[in-house]
Amino acid sequence: MIQLEHVTKTYPKASRPSLDEVSVGIEKGEFVFFIGPSGSGKSTIIKLLLHEVQPNKGRVHVNGRDVTAMRSWKIPAFRRQIGCVFQDFRLLPNRTAYENVAFALEVIGKTKAVARRVVPEVLELVGLGGKEHRYPHELSGGEQQRVAVARAFVNRPLILLADEPTGNLDPDTSIEIMRLLDRINRTGTTVVMVTHDSNIVNQMRRRVIEIESGRIVRDQARGVYG
Amino acid sequence: MRLKYVMSEVMVGLWRNVTMTVAMIITMAVSLTMLGASGLIYAQVKDMKAYYYDKIEVAIFLKPEITDDQRTTLEGSLKSDPLVREVIYESKDEAFKKFQTMFSDVPAVVDAVKPGQLPESFRVGLKNPEQYQAVREAYVGKDGVDQIIDQRNLLEKIFNILGSVQTMALVAASVMAIAALLLVGNTIQVAAYSKRREVAVMKLVGASNWFIQAPFVLEAVVAGVLGSIIGFGALALGKVLLLDGSLSELTDLLTPLSWSKVLVMLPLMALAGTLVSSITAWVTLRFYLRV
Repeated sequence: MIQLEHVTKTYPKASRPSLDEVSVGIEKGEFVFFIGPSGSGKSTIIKLLLHEVQPNKGRVHVNGRDVTAMRSWKIPAFRRQIGCVFQDFRLLPNRTAYENVAFALEVIGKTKAVARRVVPEVLELVGLGGKEHRYPHELSGGEQQRVAVARAFVNRPLILLADEPTGNLDPDTSIEIMRLLDRINRTGTTVVMVTHDSNIVNQMRRRVIEIESGRIVRDQARGVYG
Repeated sequence: MRLKYVMSEVMVGLWRNVTMTVAMIITMAVSLTMLGASGLIYAQVKDMKAYYYDKIEVAIFLKPEITDDQRTTLEGSLKSDPLVREVIYESKDEAFKKFQTMFSDVPAVVDAVKPGQLPESFRVGLKNPEQYQAVREAYVGKDGVDQIIDQRNLLEKIFNILGSVQTMALVAASVMAIAALLLVGNTIQVAAYSKRREVAVMKLVGASNWFIQAPFVLEAVVAGVLGSIIGFGALALGKVLLLDGSLSELTDLLTPLSWSKVLVMLPLMALAGTLVSSITAWVTLRFYLRV
């Protein structure tokens, strides 16, 4: 599903590469943690998978397609197969929970009728039934992240990328969000999560890939934070 | 749905920044008015050239002491000249009568001139008015010929004046167009900034590039079209109030400016306004949106 081959990424003006000759494969339906200290290069992986940055060397394959060679006009269609969640939620403050999720559908050309059918369903799935018409500032952090997950998942992506999704949440809320991501993973969606929350990694017992200074130092099938 | 979404985004965008929108529309309107005016002058001069060059003639004035023989020889060679379309002889009496009617409202001038004082002449129409120089050289030294005057010289002066007015209008149009361009760029920048969150989400979930850019570009296009409509209104008003109104005595001398010509300027100005604003918007977006 995801294949990185000898990927090197050096940002302009950086003294050393963020990713150095990284090769890793992720199968369909896997749940993978990328862990490591700040600046280790783990967030760069998410950016590479989204085609937000380009590697200097090596190839990135997602869902059988070579992302590195992709034409820029094909990127939008490609991103529709990927859902994404961030530490800062990235919700639109002047739209309700329902509208935030529906927005993601409408801007890729889905009709209002489709949104009316699908959005309540996915909000129910993330546990926000009854709170559809609240604005982000009327929701708790955990609830806002649920809206973000709903928005990422509403299009039924093949892959869900999560960049420190629990970074702004307290431990209890974090665990709830992890349960939600786990449930989404069980529907067959590949989940890639970047984190440095050791509690969560230890509890989930999923595949852990540790990165340090741009290199993979550990890749363990049912690992802990270590 | 998509069209409705895009249109409502455009309206919200224009309203959110209404002072800038108004400034954009006004500069666009002034620039396009100038452009339209210079277009009208160009079309008008072209028409006038076609109309007057058919009618103008070269006047060959004859010396008072010319003999009948010399006159006949001259007339003969003029009539057989391949460059000449027609030759009309104007006697001293005819010249005086023409003079009287021409200056009938200034009796003092008429009284000062007596019959016989004005020279007789051949009025020569040329097949091609541009060949005046050749005709002049052929006849300037001939016996009995006093002076050769090309009426085209007079018209050229008028055309030169109109030409420089047109250039001035074009320069003003270009300067205003630069101001309009900068305003469009700035408006798009502000719009892109105020919608940065929406744009980020749209990019993330895979909205197509045109869907992200269309509201911004259309915002500029709507301003461009409004500007061209206002500019056209100003042009039409100019025709009614100036050319047909206070300046009507001057315009009587020139060929009249028809409404059809003015109307042609509307699509022309709308096209120019749309092109300038959409291209500027699109280029600005490439720098500030990076889709």
